[in-house]
Amino acid sequence: MCLGVPAKVLEASDGAAVVELGGVRREISVMLIDDVSVGEWVIVHAGFAIEKLSEEEAEQTLALFREIAESDEIH
Amino acid sequence: MKYIDDFRDPATAKALVARIRRDAGDHPVRLMEVCGTHTVAIARAGIRPLLSGAVTMLSGPGCPVCVTPDGYIDAAIALGRERGTLLASFGDMLRVPGKSSSLEKERGTALEVRVVYSPLDAVTLAAATPDREVVFLGVGFETTAPAIGGAIRTAAQRGVRNFSVLSSVRTIPEAMGVLAADPEVRIEGFLCPAHVSVVIGTDAYRPVAQRYGIPCVVAGFEPLDILLGISMLLRQKKEGVARVENEYSRVATATGNRKAQDLIRDVFVPCDTGWRGIGVIPGSGLRIADPYASFDAEKKFGNPVVFAPEGSACRCGDVLKGKILPVACPLFGKACVPEEPYGPCMVSSEGSCAAYYKYGP
Repeated sequence: MCLGVPAKVLEASDGAAVVELGGVRREISVMLIDDVSVGEWVIVHAGFAIEKLSEEEAEQTLALFREIAESDEIH
Repeated sequence: MKYIDDFRDPATAKALVARIRRDAGDHPVRLMEVCGTHTVAIARAGIRPLLSGAVTMLSGPGCPVCVTPDGYIDAAIALGRERGTLLASFGDMLRVPGKSSSLEKERGTALEVRVVYSPLDAVTLAAATPDREVVFLGVGFETTAPAIGGAIRTAAQRGVRNFSVLSSVRTIPEAMGVLAADPEVRIEGFLCPAHVSVVIGTDAYRPVAQRYGIPCVVAGFEPLDILLGISMLLRQKKEGVARVENEYSRVATATGNRKAQDLIRDVFVPCDTGWRGIGVIPGSGLRIADPYASFDAEKKFGNPVVFAPEGSACRCGDVLKGKILPVACPLFGKACVPEEPYGPCMVSSEGSCAAYYKYGP
Protein backbone atom coordinates (compact mmCIF):
# COMPACT_ATOMS: atom_id res chain seq x y z
CA MET A 1 0.00 0.00 0.00
CA CYS A 2 3.01 2.25 0.47
CA LEU A 3 4.07 1.66 -3.09
CA GLY A 4 5.50 4.75 -4.75
CA VAL A 5 6.54 4.97 -8.35
CA PRO A 6 9.37 7.06 -9.81
CA ALA A 7 8.01 9.39 -12.50
CA LYS A 8 9.49 12.16 -14.62
CA VAL A 9 7.77 15.54 -14.52
CA LEU A 10 6.47 16.50 -17.98
CA GLU A 11 4.60 19.68 -17.05
CA ALA A 12 4.61 21.72 -13.86
CA SER A 13 2.27 24.44 -12.64
CA ASP A 14 1.24 25.85 -9.28
CA GLY A 15 0.24 22.94 -7.04
CA ALA A 16 -0.01 20.36 -9.83
CA ALA A 17 2.22 18.53 -12.28
CA VAL A 18 1.76 16.11 -15.16
CA VAL A 19 3.84 12.93 -15.07
CA GLU A 20 4.01 9.75 -17.06
CA LEU A 21 3.00 6.69 -15.04
CA GLY A 22 3.21 3.31 -16.76
CA GLY A 23 2.79 4.93 -20.18
CA VAL A 24 -0.18 7.05 -19.08
CA ARG A 25 -0.07 10.81 -18.54
CA ARG A 26 -1.55 11.77 -15.22
CA GLU A 27 -1.98 14.92 -13.19
CA ILE A 28 -0.64 14.70 -9.64
CA SER A 29 -0.55 17.08 -6.70
CA VAL A 30 2.79 18.64 -5.79
CA MET A 31 1.56 20.34 -2.61
CA LEU A 32 3.91 18.17 -0.51
CA ILE A 33 7.15 19.18 -2.22
CA ASP A 34 9.04 22.38 -2.99
CA ASP A 35 9.11 23.89 -6.47
CA VAL A 36 9.38 21.15 -9.03
CA SER A 37 10.69 21.62 -12.56
CA VAL A 38 10.08 19.81 -15.83
CA GLY A 39 12.59 16.94 -16.22
CA GLU A 40 12.95 16.29 -12.47
CA TRP A 41 12.02 12.88 -11.04
CA VAL A 42 9.52 12.47 -8.21
CA ILE A 43 8.06 9.54 -6.26
CA VAL A 44 4.29 9.34 -6.74
CA HIS A 45 2.00 7.81 -4.11
CA ALA A 46 -1.82 8.00 -4.13
CA GLY A 47 -1.87 10.92 -6.54
CA PHE A 48 0.74 12.99 -4.69
CA ALA A 49 4.45 13.55 -5.30
CA ILE A 50 5.80 12.66 -1.86
CA GLU A 51 9.44 13.59 -2.60
CA LYS A 52 11.89 14.38 -5.35
CA LEU A 53 14.33 11.68 -6.43
CA SER A 54 17.99 12.73 -6.28
CA GLU A 55 19.63 11.57 -9.50
CA GLU A 56 23.05 12.16 -7.95
CA GLU A 57 22.30 9.89 -4.97
CA ALA A 58 20.83 7.25 -7.32
CA GLU A 59 24.06 7.28 -9.35
CA GLN A 60 26.11 6.83 -6.18
CA THR A 61 24.08 3.78 -5.14
CA LEU A 62 24.36 2.34 -8.67
CA ALA A 63 28.15 2.91 -8.57
CA LEU A 64 28.27 1.01 -5.26
CA PHE A 65 26.37 -1.87 -6.89
CA ARG A 66 28.87 -1.98 -9.77
CA GLU A 67 31.71 -2.06 -7.24
CA ILE A 68 30.08 -4.96 -5.34
CA ALA A 69 29.48 -6.89 -8.58
CA GLU A 70 33.11 -6.42 -9.66
CA SER A 71 34.59 -7.34 -6.28
CA ASP A 72 32.51 -10.52 -6.30
CA GLU A 73 34.18 -11.59 -9.56
CA ILE A 74 37.53 -11.43 -7.77
CA HIS A 75 36.37 -13.76 -4.97
CA MET B 1 12.05 1.74 -16.78
CA LYS B 2 14.62 4.16 -15.41
CA TYR B 3 15.18 3.96 -11.64
CA ILE B 4 13.39 0.59 -11.55
CA ASP B 5 15.25 -1.77 -13.92
CA ASP B 6 18.60 -0.33 -12.77
CA PHE B 7 17.92 -1.84 -9.36
CA ARG B 8 17.10 -5.33 -10.62
CA ASP B 9 20.38 -6.49 -12.21
CA PRO B 10 20.73 -10.29 -11.68
CA ALA B 11 24.57 -10.32 -11.65
CA THR B 12 24.70 -7.72 -8.88
CA ALA B 13 22.00 -9.60 -6.98
CA LYS B 14 24.17 -12.73 -7.12
CA ALA B 15 27.17 -10.80 -5.80
CA LEU B 16 25.07 -9.38 -2.95
CA VAL B 17 23.72 -12.82 -2.03
CA ALA B 18 27.32 -14.14 -1.92
CA ARG B 19 28.31 -11.21 0.31
CA ILE B 20 25.36 -11.83 2.66
CA ARG B 21 26.26 -15.52 2.90
CA ARG B 22 29.90 -14.66 3.70
CA ASP B 23 28.80 -12.27 6.47
CA ALA B 24 26.20 -14.60 8.02
CA GLY B 25 27.03 -16.51 11.19
CA ASP B 26 26.50 -20.11 12.28
CA HIS B 27 22.77 -19.68 12.78
CA PRO B 28 20.26 -17.79 10.60
CA VAL B 29 20.03 -14.11 11.55
CA ARG B 30 16.46 -13.02 12.39
CA LEU B 31 15.61 -9.87 10.46
CA MET B 32 12.20 -8.26 10.06
CA GLU B 33 10.93 -6.42 7.00
CA VAL B 34 8.45 -4.07 8.63
CA CYS B 35 6.61 -3.00 5.51
CA GLY B 36 4.09 -4.98 3.44
CA THR B 37 5.47 -3.58 0.20
CA HIS B 38 8.84 -5.11 1.16
CA THR B 39 7.06 -8.41 1.97
CA VAL B 40 5.62 -8.61 -1.53
CA ALA B 41 8.89 -7.52 -3.20
CA ILE B 42 10.85 -10.16 -1.24
CA ALA B 43 8.36 -12.90 -2.14
CA ARG B 44 8.13 -11.89 -5.80
CA ALA B 45 11.92 -11.74 -6.25
CA GLY B 46 12.34 -15.10 -4.47
CA ILE B 47 14.78 -13.61 -1.96
CA ARG B 48 13.82 -15.89 0.99
CA PRO B 49 15.03 -19.16 -0.58
CA LEU B 50 18.19 -17.43 -1.85
CA LEU B 51 19.15 -16.57 1.72
CA SER B 52 17.90 -19.72 3.38
CA GLY B 53 20.12 -20.85 6.26
CA ALA B 54 21.82 -17.44 6.42
CA VAL B 55 18.93 -15.08 7.10
CA THR B 56 15.36 -15.62 8.33
CA MET B 57 13.14 -12.80 7.07
CA LEU B 58 10.16 -12.21 9.34
CA SER B 59 7.27 -10.16 8.01
CA GLY B 60 6.13 -7.29 10.18
CA PRO B 61 2.91 -5.34 10.78
CA GLY B 62 3.43 -2.90 7.90
CA CYS B 63 0.39 -3.79 5.80
CA PRO B 64 -2.23 -1.15 6.69
CA VAL B 65 -5.09 -3.27 5.38
CA CYS B 66 -4.02 -6.24 7.55
CA VAL B 67 -3.81 -4.31 10.82
CA THR B 68 -7.07 -2.40 10.41
CA PRO B 69 -9.41 -3.87 13.06
CA ASP B 70 -12.70 -5.48 12.05
CA GLY B 71 -14.54 -2.78 14.04
CA TYR B 72 -13.40 -0.28 11.42
CA ILE B 73 -14.96 -2.30 8.59
CA ASP B 74 -18.18 -2.63 10.64
CA ALA B 75 -18.24 1.16 11.17
CA ALA B 76 -17.70 1.76 7.44
CA ILE B 77 -20.51 -0.64 6.49
CA ALA B 78 -22.82 1.06 9.02
CA LEU B 79 -22.01 4.49 7.57
CA GLY B 80 -22.92 3.30 4.10
CA ARG B 81 -25.93 1.17 4.95
CA GLU B 82 -27.59 3.03 7.81
CA ARG B 83 -26.57 6.60 7.02
CA GLY B 84 -26.76 6.28 3.25
CA THR B 85 -23.30 7.72 2.67
CA LEU B 86 -21.34 7.07 -0.51
CA LEU B 87 -18.09 5.35 0.46
CA ALA B 88 -14.82 5.97 -1.37
CA SER B 89 -11.96 3.58 -0.73
CA PHE B 90 -8.63 2.24 -1.91
CA GLY B 91 -9.36 -1.02 -3.75
CA ASP B 92 -7.56 -3.36 -1.36
CA MET B 93 -9.95 -2.59 1.53
CA LEU B 94 -12.98 -4.13 -0.17
CA ARG B 95 -12.47 -7.77 0.76
CA VAL B 96 -11.25 -7.21 4.32
CA PRO B 97 -13.56 -9.08 6.71
CA GLY B 98 -15.42 -7.19 9.42
CA LYS B 99 -17.26 -9.04 12.21
CA SER B 100 -19.86 -10.50 9.87
CA SER B 101 -19.32 -9.08 6.40
CA SER B 102 -17.05 -7.10 4.08
CA LEU B 103 -17.49 -4.02 1.89
CA GLU B 104 -17.42 -6.26 -1.18
CA LYS B 105 -20.19 -8.55 0.12
CA GLU B 106 -22.39 -5.58 1.04
CA ARG B 107 -21.64 -3.64 -2.12
CA GLY B 108 -24.50 -3.43 -4.56
CA THR B 109 -27.21 -4.23 -2.00
CA ALA B 110 -27.64 -1.32 0.36
CA LEU B 111 -24.07 -0.11 0.09
CA GLU B 112 -22.39 2.01 -2.55
CA VAL B 113 -18.58 1.94 -2.67
CA ARG B 114 -16.41 3.73 -5.22
CA VAL B 115 -12.78 2.68 -5.61
CA VAL B 116 -10.43 5.65 -5.92
CA TYR B 117 -6.71 5.94 -6.69
CA SER B 118 -6.16 9.11 -4.67
CA PRO B 119 -7.95 10.67 -1.66
CA LEU B 120 -8.24 13.79 -3.84
CA ASP B 121 -10.47 11.79 -6.21
CA ALA B 122 -12.90 11.37 -3.30
CA VAL B 123 -13.01 15.17 -2.84
CA THR B 124 -13.73 15.55 -6.55
CA LEU B 125 -16.47 12.91 -6.25
CA ALA B 126 -18.05 14.83 -3.34
CA ALA B 127 -17.91 18.11 -5.27
CA ALA B 128 -19.63 16.41 -8.21
CA THR B 129 -22.39 14.85 -6.05
CA PRO B 130 -23.46 17.66 -3.68
CA ASP B 131 -26.64 15.81 -2.64
CA ARG B 132 -24.67 12.87 -1.20
CA GLU B 133 -22.37 12.58 1.82
CA VAL B 134 -19.07 11.10 0.63
CA VAL B 135 -16.92 9.29 3.23
CA PHE B 136 -13.34 8.41 2.32
CA LEU B 137 -11.95 5.36 4.11
CA GLY B 138 -8.64 6.86 5.20
CA VAL B 139 -6.47 3.83 5.84
CA GLY B 140 -2.69 4.03 5.75
CA PHE B 141 0.63 4.78 7.38
CA GLU B 142 2.77 7.92 7.31
CA THR B 143 3.25 7.54 3.53
CA THR B 144 -0.47 7.99 2.94
CA ALA B 145 -1.24 10.35 5.87
CA PRO B 146 -0.15 13.50 3.97
CA ALA B 147 -2.31 12.49 0.99
CA ILE B 148 -5.33 12.02 3.28
CA GLY B 149 -4.51 15.24 5.14
CA GLY B 150 -4.04 17.00 1.79
CA ALA B 151 -7.51 15.89 0.70
CA ILE B 152 -9.07 17.19 3.96
CA ARG B 153 -7.29 20.53 3.61
CA THR B 154 -8.33 20.76 -0.05
CA ALA B 155 -11.97 20.05 0.86
CA ALA B 156 -11.79 22.74 3.58
CA GLN B 157 -10.28 25.29 1.17
CA ARG B 158 -12.81 24.56 -1.57
CA GLY B 159 -15.74 24.44 0.86
CA VAL B 160 -16.68 20.85 0.00
CA ARG B 161 -18.78 20.23 3.13
CA ASN B 162 -20.24 16.85 2.08
CA PHE B 163 -16.79 15.19 2.32
CA SER B 164 -15.42 13.46 5.40
CA VAL B 165 -12.84 10.82 6.35
CA LEU B 166 -13.13 7.73 8.53
CA SER B 167 -9.55 7.82 9.75
CA SER B 168 -7.50 4.70 10.39
CA VAL B 169 -4.05 6.22 10.04
CA ARG B 170 -1.21 4.60 11.96
CA THR B 171 2.43 5.34 12.68
CA ILE B 172 5.18 2.74 12.27
CA PRO B 173 7.95 3.56 14.81
CA GLU B 174 5.57 2.96 17.75
CA ALA B 175 4.70 -0.52 16.42
CA MET B 176 8.40 -1.28 15.90
CA GLY B 177 9.01 -0.31 19.54
CA VAL B 178 6.41 -2.86 20.70
CA LEU B 179 7.99 -5.62 18.60
CA ALA B 180 11.53 -4.67 19.67
CA ALA B 181 10.48 -4.96 23.33
CA ASP B 182 8.80 -8.37 22.86
CA PRO B 183 11.16 -11.13 24.06
CA GLU B 184 9.29 -13.75 22.00
CA VAL B 185 10.00 -11.99 18.69
CA ARG B 186 13.82 -11.63 19.04
CA ILE B 187 14.56 -9.35 16.12
CA GLU B 188 18.24 -8.85 15.26
CA GLY B 189 17.71 -6.17 12.63
CA PHE B 190 14.93 -4.07 11.11
CA LEU B 191 14.67 -3.52 7.36
CA CYS B 192 12.79 -0.21 7.63
CA PRO B 193 10.10 0.94 5.15
CA ALA B 194 11.14 3.04 2.15
CA HIS B 195 8.30 5.50 1.77
CA VAL B 196 7.22 5.86 5.39
CA SER B 197 10.84 6.92 5.92
CA VAL B 198 10.68 9.40 3.05
CA VAL B 199 7.98 11.23 5.02
CA ILE B 200 9.16 10.85 8.63
CA GLY B 201 12.95 10.79 8.02
CA THR B 202 15.40 8.03 8.85
CA ASP B 203 16.24 9.65 12.21
CA ALA B 204 12.82 8.48 13.43
CA TYR B 205 14.27 4.99 14.04
CA ARG B 206 17.12 6.17 16.26
CA PRO B 207 15.19 5.52 19.50
CA VAL B 208 14.59 1.88 18.39
CA ALA B 209 18.25 1.37 17.44
CA GLN B 210 19.58 3.04 20.58
CA ARG B 211 17.13 1.80 23.19
CA TYR B 212 16.93 -1.82 22.03
CA GLY B 213 20.32 -2.17 20.34
CA ILE B 214 18.72 -3.33 17.10
CA PRO B 215 20.36 -2.28 13.79
CA CYS B 216 18.00 -0.41 11.44
CA VAL B 217 18.47 0.06 7.69
CA VAL B 218 16.04 1.98 5.48
CA ALA B 219 15.93 0.30 2.08
CA GLY B 220 14.18 0.87 -1.25
CA PHE B 221 11.65 -1.61 -2.67
CA GLU B 222 13.64 -3.01 -5.62
CA PRO B 223 15.44 -6.37 -5.25
CA LEU B 224 18.97 -4.85 -5.15
CA ASP B 225 17.84 -2.29 -2.57
CA ILE B 226 16.52 -5.07 -0.35
CA LEU B 227 19.64 -7.25 -0.71
CA LEU B 228 21.97 -4.32 0.00
CA GLY B 229 19.82 -3.36 3.00
CA ILE B 230 20.08 -6.90 4.38
CA SER B 231 23.84 -6.89 3.75
CA MET B 232 24.18 -3.57 5.64
CA LEU B 233 22.24 -5.05 8.58
CA LEU B 234 24.57 -8.07 8.70
CA ARG B 235 27.65 -5.81 8.57
CA GLN B 236 26.32 -3.84 11.56
CA LYS B 237 25.75 -7.07 13.44
CA LYS B 238 29.26 -8.25 12.60
CA GLU B 239 30.72 -4.97 13.85
CA GLY B 240 28.58 -5.19 16.98
CA VAL B 241 26.88 -1.83 16.42
CA ALA B 242 23.24 -0.75 16.21
CA ARG B 243 22.64 2.42 14.27
CA VAL B 244 20.32 3.76 11.58
CA GLU B 245 21.64 3.57 8.03
CA ASN B 246 20.01 4.65 4.79
CA GLU B 247 20.26 2.57 1.62
CA TYR B 248 17.42 4.55 -0.04
CA SER B 249 19.38 7.80 -0.10
CA ARG B 250 18.06 8.67 -3.57
CA VAL B 251 14.72 9.60 -1.96
CA ALA B 252 14.82 9.33 1.85
CA THR B 253 16.70 11.81 4.05
CA ALA B 254 17.56 11.93 7.76
CA THR B 255 14.91 14.53 8.55
CA GLY B 256 12.25 13.54 6.01
CA ASN B 257 9.73 15.66 4.14
CA ARG B 258 9.07 18.71 6.35
CA LYS B 259 6.13 19.94 4.26
CA ALA B 260 4.40 16.55 4.61
CA GLN B 261 5.17 16.48 8.35
CA ASP B 262 3.73 20.01 8.81
CA LEU B 263 0.57 18.96 6.97
CA ILE B 264 0.20 15.87 9.19
CA ARG B 265 0.69 18.00 12.33
CA ASP B 266 -1.91 20.50 11.09
CA VAL B 267 -4.65 18.01 10.19
CA PHE B 268 -4.05 15.17 12.67
CA VAL B 269 -3.23 14.61 16.34
CA PRO B 270 -1.63 11.44 17.75
CA CYS B 271 -3.92 9.04 19.61
CA ASP B 272 -3.90 5.52 21.03
CA THR B 273 -5.22 3.05 18.51
CA GLY B 274 -5.95 -0.68 18.14
CA TRP B 275 -4.05 -2.85 15.64
CA ARG B 276 -5.67 -6.07 14.49
CA GLY B 277 -3.87 -8.99 16.05
CA ILE B 278 -1.58 -6.80 18.16
CA GLY B 279 -3.85 -4.72 20.40
CA VAL B 280 -3.84 -1.06 21.40
CA ILE B 281 -0.50 0.67 20.89
CA PRO B 282 -0.25 4.01 22.74
CA GLY B 283 0.31 7.01 20.48
CA SER B 284 0.34 4.93 17.28
CA GLY B 285 -2.73 6.43 15.62
CA LEU B 286 -3.58 9.75 14.00
CA ARG B 287 -7.05 11.17 14.55
CA ILE B 288 -8.40 14.23 12.78
CA ALA B 289 -7.60 17.44 14.70
CA ASP B 290 -10.41 19.53 16.21
CA PRO B 291 -10.22 22.45 13.69
CA TYR B 292 -11.07 19.86 11.00
CA ALA B 293 -13.71 18.03 13.11
CA SER B 294 -16.41 18.64 10.49
CA PHE B 295 -14.40 16.37 8.15
CA ASP B 296 -14.16 13.59 10.75
CA ALA B 297 -16.78 10.97 9.81
CA GLU B 298 -16.77 9.46 13.33
CA LYS B 299 -17.82 12.83 14.81
CA LYS B 300 -19.99 13.99 11.91
CA PHE B 301 -22.19 10.88 12.02
CA GLY B 302 -21.71 9.92 15.70
CA ASN B 303 -20.42 6.57 14.52
CA PRO B 304 -17.32 5.62 16.51
CA VAL B 305 -14.99 2.80 15.51
CA VAL B 306 -15.02 0.18 18.27
CA PHE B 307 -11.89 -1.88 18.80
CA ALA B 308 -12.52 -5.33 20.25
CA PRO B 309 -9.76 -7.94 20.17
CA GLU B 310 -10.89 -10.81 17.97
CA GLY B 311 -10.83 -14.43 19.07
CA SER B 312 -10.57 -17.18 16.46
CA ALA B 313 -8.27 -19.88 15.08
CA CYS B 314 -6.81 -17.27 12.71
CA ARG B 315 -3.23 -16.50 13.72
CA CYS B 316 -2.77 -13.29 11.74
CA GLY B 317 -1.76 -11.56 14.98
CA ASP B 318 1.20 -13.87 15.49
CA VAL B 319 2.12 -13.58 11.81
CA LEU B 320 2.03 -9.76 12.04
CA LYS B 321 4.33 -9.85 15.05
CA GLY B 322 6.78 -12.20 13.36
CA LYS B 323 6.15 -14.91 15.97
CA ILE B 324 5.18 -17.53 13.40
CA LEU B 325 5.51 -17.89 9.64
CA PRO B 326 2.18 -18.07 7.73
CA VAL B 327 2.56 -21.81 7.06
CA ALA B 328 2.40 -22.47 10.82
CA CYS B 329 -1.21 -21.24 11.00
CA PRO B 330 -3.68 -24.17 11.03
CA LEU B 331 -6.00 -22.36 8.59
CA PHE B 332 -3.30 -21.47 6.01
CA GLY B 333 -4.04 -22.94 2.59
CA LYS B 334 -7.02 -24.88 3.97
CA ALA B 335 -9.84 -22.81 5.46
CA CYS B 336 -7.99 -19.64 4.42
CA VAL B 337 -6.99 -19.10 0.78
CA PRO B 338 -6.90 -15.89 -1.32
CA GLU B 339 -10.22 -16.75 -3.03
CA GLU B 340 -11.93 -17.32 0.35
CA PRO B 341 -9.79 -15.45 2.87
CA TYR B 342 -10.40 -15.91 6.57
CA GLY B 343 -7.90 -13.45 7.95
CA PRO B 344 -6.68 -10.05 6.75
CA CYS B 345 -3.12 -11.27 6.00
CA MET B 346 -4.61 -13.45 3.25
CA VAL B 347 -6.89 -10.68 1.92
CA SER B 348 -4.42 -7.97 1.11
CA SER B 349 -2.04 -8.55 -1.78
CA GLU B 350 0.60 -7.19 0.60
CA GLY B 351 -0.33 -9.58 3.40
CA SER B 352 2.31 -12.09 4.45
CA CYS B 353 -0.06 -15.05 4.06
CA ALA B 354 -1.14 -13.99 0.55
CA ALA B 355 2.51 -13.52 -0.47
CA TYR B 356 3.45 -16.95 0.93
CA TYR B 357 0.47 -18.57 -0.76
CA LYS B 358 1.16 -16.97 -4.14
CA TYR B 359 4.95 -17.25 -4.29
CA GLY B 360 5.70 -20.15 -1.91
CA PRO B 361 7.64 -19.98 1.36
